[in-house]
Amino acid sequence: MKTNMRGVFLNGIFNENPIFRLVLGTCPTIAITTSLSNAFGMGAAATFVLVCSNAIIALIRDFIPSKVRIPAFVVIIAMFVTIVQLVMKAYLPDLDKSLGIFIPLIVVNCIILGRAEAFASKNSVRASIIDGIGMGAGFTIALIMMAAVRELVGNGTLMGNPVFGEGYQPALLFVLAPGGFLVFGLLMALINQVGLKRKRPVKPVEESSFKPPREATEKEDAR
Amino acid sequence: MDYFFKILLMMLSAILVNNYVLAKFLGICPFLGVSKKLETATGMGMAVIFVMTLASLITYLVQYFILVPLGLGYMQTIAFILVIAALVQLVEMVIQKSSPALYQGLGVYLPLITTNCAVLGVALINISEKYTLIESVINGFGAAVGFTLAIVLFAGIREKFAVRQIPKPMQGFPLALISASLMSIAFMGFTGLV
Repeated sequence: MKTNMRGVFLNGIFNENPIFRLVLGTCPTIAITTSLSNAFGMGAAATFVLVCSNAIIALIRDFIPSKVRIPAFVVIIAMFVTIVQLVMKAYLPDLDKSLGIFIPLIVVNCIILGRAEAFASKNSVRASIIDGIGMGAGFTIALIMMAAVRELVGNGTLMGNPVFGEGYQPALLFVLAPGGFLVFGLLMALINQVGLKRKRPVKPVEESSFKPPREATEKEDAR
Repeated sequence: MDYFFKILLMMLSAILVNNYVLAKFLGICPFLGVSKKLETATGMGMAVIFVMTLASLITYLVQYFILVPLGLGYMQTIAFILVIAALVQLVEMVIQKSSPALYQGLGVYLPLITTNCAVLGVALINISEKYTLIESVINGFGAAVGFTLAIVLFAGIREKFAVRQIPKPMQGFPLALISASLMSIAFMGFTGLV
């Protein structure tokens, strides 16, 4: 099967960024982005689950009857989440404590089920793994962006290191619930703005390399 | 009587102070996704109240009568998500048979609830906080009422957006998130109530 692997990978980061474009998996995004280390931990955990579940689902996609495919996907995902949960409890107890309930809740993260349904159940194992890595990277990058803003403004630190001088009064609101919604909304507006600006100058040649082959050909047909 | 007050306070706390959507960040996907119209938001809220209360009850029973005696505590996540998925299916079938009118109202929203992380979240919190059976059910019910309150209020606000001029990059989710932020600030006013 001829699939543009680079296109599949970059698709997860830019065109279909799960957080800013598809707006999936918003709960952990807002909840755990209070510090950068949380964002890295969550990103890594979700990427691991995403890659593994994509691979397994792509492997057995021909054997799952379509009527029970959703429960089957959920069980596969829950299995990998349980692995992550146990490993994290054993080796990274601090991270486990600060991520808390959001580790088991990766099961219901719509990104993972969404990719299983939309990509892994229709594509080869290799493409699905690449897609999982791309989507996971897109998710992690979005988490890091949000966490950087929130930790910097709300706590005056980055990765726990103080950035501003002693006199800085942290804006606590940014680490609390309202700040999560606010930063998410503003970042998404910013990204939309950049997207709108970039659409004006048409660069079909460069842009097509960022897209999965299917969309690229559709565009050419339209022209 | 003391116990009664304790239960009452617990429910109030789950509805207002520790609102699952606006303070604990659970169930944000449906909160953003199904809040464009007041009517659909109400339907979703009702379905969630129904399922979440039942799920609290059943996951409690599964945890303490199946998983713990068999020493299968680590299967919690898998068992709970299956229980919730099965429960949603069951509720859908029962409602369809017994009350077609209610099914018309809730029908579309029921399957969506499986992926509502608030339902699994409540079940897990009930266990980790070591609530008793009654407390678990009350907590589940309170959380669901809190969810409904938040989503209905939010839908009321979002309906107003339709008739306003909004800058292009802010349209849709960004503005919705910023209004959710303001709502969340308002709900912070309840801190210290309980």
